[in-house]
Amino acid sequence: MNRIPFKSFLLAIATLAVLAGCADRLNVLPTQSIDEQNALNTPNDVAVTLIGAYDGVQDGDVLGGAFQYIPDLLGDNQEVRFGGTFGSHQEIWNKAIAKNNIQVATTWIDSYNAINRVNNVLSAIDKVKGDSKGRIEGEARFLRGYVYFELVKLYAKAWGDGVNATNPGVPLVLTPTRVVDAASNVKRSSVAEVYAQVIDDLTKAESLLPAANGFYATKAAAAAVLSRVYLMQLNYLGARDAANRVIASNRYKLTDTYEENFNTFLNYGGADPTETVFSIQINQQDGNNSLNTFYGVTLSSVPGTAGRGDVRIQPKHTQSYEPGDDRGTFFTRVGSFVYSLKFVDRFGNVPLIRLAEMYLTRAEANSRLGTTTGATPLADINLIRARALLPALTAVDIAAILKERKIELMFEGQLLPDLKRTRRSVGTLAWNADALVLPIPQRETDANPVITQNPGY
Amino acid sequence: MKKRLRISLLLVAILSVFRVAAQDRAVTGKVTSSDDNSPLVGVSVLVKGTTQGATTDANGAYRLSVPNTNVTLVFSYVGFNRQEVAVGNRTVLDVVLAVDASDLSEVVITGYGSQIKRDVTGNIAQVKGTEIQNMPTPSIDQALQGKAAGVYVNAGTGKLGQGVTVRVRGTSSVSASSQPLYVVDGIPVTNEDLGNYGGATNPLADINFNDVESIEILKDASAGAIYGSRAANGVVLVTTKRGKSGKTNVSVNFQSGVSDATKRVDFLNAQQYADYFRMAAGNRDRRSNIDPKDADSYTQSFFGKDGFLDFYSYGTYGTAKAGDYNWQDKAFQKGSINQADLQFSGGNEKTQFYVSGQYLTQNGTLIGNSLERFSGRLNLDHQANKWLSLGLNMSLARTLNKRLPGDNAFSNPLQISAISPITPFEDPETGLPAGTPPGDINIPLYYNPLISINYARYAQVGYRNLLQGYAQFNLFTGLRFRSELGVDIVNQQEEGYFGSQTVRNQTRASRGIGQNYYTGVLNYNTNNYFSYERAFGVHGINATLGMSYQQSQTKSNFIEGTQFPSDAYQRIASAATKSDGSSLETNFRFLSYFLRANYKFANKYLLSLSGRVDGSSRFGLNSRYGFFPAASVGWVLTEESFLRENRFVSFLKTRASYGLTGNAEIGNFPQLGLFQGDAGYVGAAGQRPAQIGNPDLKWETTTQADFGVDFGLFNNRINGEVDYYIKKTTGLLLNVQIPATTGFATQTRNVGELENKGFEFVLNTENLVGKFTWSTSLNLGANRNKIVNINKQVIDGGISGLTNQAREGQSIGVWWAPEYAGVDPANGDALWYKNTENAADGTRDRTTTNVYNQAQRVVVGNPNPKLVGGITNKFSYAGFDLSVFFNGVSGNNLSFFGVGQYSSGNGIYEDNQTVDQLRAWTKENPNTDVPEARYLQRNGNQASSRYIYDGSYLRLRTVTFGYNFPKTLVSRLKMDRLRVYASGMNLLTFTNYKGWDPEVNSDDFTGNIAQGNDFYSPPQPRTILFGLNIGF
Repeated sequence: MNRIPFKSFLLAIATLAVLAGCADRLNVLPTQSIDEQNALNTPNDVAVTLIGAYDGVQDGDVLGGAFQYIPDLLGDNQEVRFGGTFGSHQEIWNKAIAKNNIQVATTWIDSYNAINRVNNVLSAIDKVKGDSKGRIEGEARFLRGYVYFELVKLYAKAWGDGVNATNPGVPLVLTPTRVVDAASNVKRSSVAEVYAQVIDDLTKAESLLPAANGFYATKAAAAAVLSRVYLMQLNYLGARDAANRVIASNRYKLTDTYEENFNTFLNYGGADPTETVFSIQINQQDGNNSLNTFYGVTLSSVPGTAGRGDVRIQPKHTQSYEPGDDRGTFFTRVGSFVYSLKFVDRFGNVPLIRLAEMYLTRAEANSRLGTTTGATPLADINLIRARALLPALTAVDIAAILKERKIELMFEGQLLPDLKRTRRSVGTLAWNADALVLPIPQRETDANPVITQNPGY
Repeated sequence: MKKRLRISLLLVAILSVFRVAAQDRAVTGKVTSSDDNSPLVGVSVLVKGTTQGATTDANGAYRLSVPNTNVTLVFSYVGFNRQEVAVGNRTVLDVVLAVDASDLSEVVITGYGSQIKRDVTGNIAQVKGTEIQNMPTPSIDQALQGKAAGVYVNAGTGKLGQGVTVRVRGTSSVSASSQPLYVVDGIPVTNEDLGNYGGATNPLADINFNDVESIEILKDASAGAIYGSRAANGVVLVTTKRGKSGKTNVSVNFQSGVSDATKRVDFLNAQQYADYFRMAAGNRDRRSNIDPKDADSYTQSFFGKDGFLDFYSYGTYGTAKAGDYNWQDKAFQKGSINQADLQFSGGNEKTQFYVSGQYLTQNGTLIGNSLERFSGRLNLDHQANKWLSLGLNMSLARTLNKRLPGDNAFSNPLQISAISPITPFEDPETGLPAGTPPGDINIPLYYNPLISINYARYAQVGYRNLLQGYAQFNLFTGLRFRSELGVDIVNQQEEGYFGSQTVRNQTRASRGIGQNYYTGVLNYNTNNYFSYERAFGVHGINATLGMSYQQSQTKSNFIEGTQFPSDAYQRIASAATKSDGSSLETNFRFLSYFLRANYKFANKYLLSLSGRVDGSSRFGLNSRYGFFPAASVGWVLTEESFLRENRFVSFLKTRASYGLTGNAEIGNFPQLGLFQGDAGYVGAAGQRPAQIGNPDLKWETTTQADFGVDFGLFNNRINGEVDYYIKKTTGLLLNVQIPATTGFATQTRNVGELENKGFEFVLNTENLVGKFTWSTSLNLGANRNKIVNINKQVIDGGISGLTNQAREGQSIGVWWAPEYAGVDPANGDALWYKNTENAADGTRDRTTTNVYNQAQRVVVGNPNPKLVGGITNKFSYAGFDLSVFFNGVSGNNLSFFGVGQYSSGNGIYEDNQTVDQLRAWTKENPNTDVPEARYLQRNGNQASSRYIYDGSYLRLRTVTFGYNFPKTLVSRLKMDRLRVYASGMNLLTFTNYKGWDPEVNSDDFTGNIAQGNDFYSPPQPRTILFGLNIGF
């Protein structure tokens, strides 16, 4: 047709040549995340990963509520009713749990997610030098020991139900995951092995942690969890001494009234009361108190209250308080249901360990051992009763201590462990009934061929 | 179109030199088109029964020596009907060829080029813009439903502007996206969900599809390989209208209509509700050994003083003020649609333009839902000189979408159906909707979504700019170079405010909560390629070689505030607490080189080779590039002598293709082991391991073979296509479920193999021609999806409990649950088949159990349709036209579990129940399929096949009846065209599904695996509209 438009031909070649140089542009890195190779190289890296571990346990499906409401719903004998549409929770309350129960799976997944965060901290602990090294290791071990203890209580047979050395506990993973291969299919360690690991972590934590550490884990917090572990093992000596160490630290003080322990955002703008040994922190930006989700209810008269109002307190419970018991008034009627007032605060911290429990533990252990370490059981119990505006007793026995313990710690996650260790039944179910142990989540048995299911599922 | 075709064939004619040996006598003549009497260039003129022939020259003239005997000449030309003429004694023989009414001569856009349909050897479905214009749906993908074989479209819910599921030839990935790639005028456009509220948004809703000339869907490997790693899910090429030289055409269109939800589900009325729960609570008391008269009994908790009914009816239950309230009706409203379009097109020989504007406003059939769109477009083409042409496409749209929350939110309006019918709509104290402060906010049973309608808003405003410029150089004969630069800009703002009245739903809104999101996507793309098209005698060559580079950056930021002085202040400036905030950025890039060569011999034998090398930032250095080649062949049998003479078969082509395409839609950094800095703890900064790495991660590859036949009978009055394909995806990008004890729930791996195979059938017939015309077009696609191998993994999706799963040997998304066996007539217990497999012979234990955990899970349903199709019948007579379009799917299941576990679930919760629950077991009614009602206790509402239903449906998707006023009248009004029409959409639906709509995919539970779930998902609207179209 025409002469070749040579200029345009050159232009075309030039355009292609320029664009061929784009190959380097394919190196694009993420902006919100960093490669794991670069994540744990400095002391600060380790410190912020520890914060990440707190963030992991703060989850409402881990220490942010689930490890309290699951054993309380499972251990309930018609003192509450679970309404609302969370079928998974209702299954737990009805003690007829399907293997695919979503809450059972979520708590499992999120707990191990938190444990992996802790394992990352511990794997790089040598990057930290100086004073903070011991504290960081102590906090990490505290969190890991605490979570494994909660897991083994829920997902495995109770301590002493058969042979601890052969009863399957939960898988013990103590190193961070970098690759997923055949070795990632971990078997369940025995109940005894899990308890040994828990005690090891918590004991080291207690020795490494400082006495004061803001709202983070402290020496006393580690001792307090240890007291629970020993109590589950019926090691009253260990429990007594651990509880006594918390009390004797003199860092904590019973609040003047029972209700001051709760609804920390509404009452104190988020600060913990003097009685709190350890809590999960919640604020407006961060965290979800799942006790508030299920126990709480929105009170029109109190802005800042919230909750689904799913756990409805039955007369059987409210009538179990002695006349005049201040704790028996800590309920409210909304419509046709009665709710506990402990967790109505949308941003309230999740109280995990209160000093009152340490008095109750020390009293029980002293009573069982016939000792008076720290104080007499009667003195300890009367301390708790006095705060609840109840008259002092003149004598206590184990039954009275356990009754006081139940009332004082109601809805705080101790119901089922206490029933199990004292070999008491839940309604018609014996303490060691299969139905009182959670199933290993179906998604886990689907994904891990070597993990075994619990009996009865 | 035809014009362009002719220009290209001009080249063919000029360069084809035929020498015909001199024979007995010469015949000369001219061949012209019946369309406009223009000369036709390159027409083949053949002496029938011989190989002697000639082609017409640039003036349409031919000269041919013929034997002296009585001969017949055969004139054939692409795009025109073949004609045979006996020469007789004539020496001059002029012929007028009639335009072929079938679409074989249509130009089909192929990606970086175009081809005549007749020569295409791949599988490309074409949908004309005219077929979807003025459809009352906001987005183009929804308008494609039922229009193309093998293209399955599910709008999911009736909410406006929401993401739509589109599957071309089945779901071809498990964890990577299975949505097709959308390319508008050469730019791969942003199509990801950009919303932060409710279900996925649909960026395609920013495109005015009345601007669309045609849509091509590249389905097989041969058609798709030019898009390489982006093409495994099919490619949808959208081409907008362009101006033509000549008179300036103006078209004005108005349409206006009303809509209503297609269906309601029947729930209990107040009396039935009370009766039902008296039974459920009584049964629970009996089972718990509680005296129903006991104050602590379940019965009294319902019926006693301060009991459930008393409380939730504001004390009206059992009094004269008691009423019966159908809450479901409150979720719906009369919808409306109003749309105005203005289009100008025209130009001269050098410059052509197309300019359009549209205003669309649509109110949904669900309260609080609306969409409003302004859009404008300018497409310009300019021929600068003989070797250079330039052009520009520009479109701008503003879309305002008032959005609704996701299906799984108490504030989803349709969840209102769960509210007890004894609860008055209004609080008798305040006269405000039940649950509105200062009244008791804990009434009704669940949060009243009407409160959000009154006191909350969530508006998404998007500005979408699609800009593309091109320059095209004609280098020398047949060789062109084209350079395109395109930009797709999305600027989106979402503003939400939830007043203090909504605190029961938005628990942090005790003094109001405000949110503001900004999302910007800058996506630019350049294509630079040579194309060469030339014919050498009987050889035709058409080749493309080039490169493309795409870069996309998404930035977003977010701020949230709480503690507002009052609900009069709704911007975050007034929030005393800035409760949350964030900013994010993510990038991806693609660098690609592509090649395609088509070869044609004597219009008979067709060969096409294509391939693309794709590099992507999404993959590690070791596997950054992938190569995706494809080949296809075609054979036009009607060009062979044995069929050439056949009067019955006017066109017959067989074709086969084979090749590879890929999928890289797996997020931007799937290969890296990552830590994320979002793990702060109440103000202290923290990081966490966020993703487990996989350095070996590479492309997912789909190998596809396609065999097809294109046929035309009786001068193509009947024409169609039949295809069979097998699509195998290997190295699946899979989010594999791993032991959670690792600290991670999933890892992305290249694992396993997935297969789709199926048939497609397209048939177009001109049943009646003449004054009264009737034509039919039918398309059907049958697809079978099967996961061949995923390393024995099981991957869950969907609604917890009754999850969809990816499992080996099954179609993707099957429901895997115990099989419901009905009710034990003796005691009303729900029963399931044990289905324990006998290891010896593989049989299953068909005995039943009332212990749910004892029942083995089996496949209880498959959400993938076996057959998808559409049929359109068009009639016209004397200015009247009628078009009737049905679409349907068959062979799929749907899960009602999301609704049924509450609403058809033995009275376990206080939710209002569907009326079929009145069949519940009692001693008097022992033989039933509904278990005994038991309050707060499971009895059959567990996940099982009980909630799986047949999802087949046939729907009268659109009916349009129009009248074109006669030309004589119209020209007197100084117009070219005057048309009025009435149109109806979704007027009829035939289905056995018991939920609201069988076209369902709950927005909160949708993906590759999660499909076919109903979760109070609003139904599609039924729309009736009237329109007026004027052209001058």
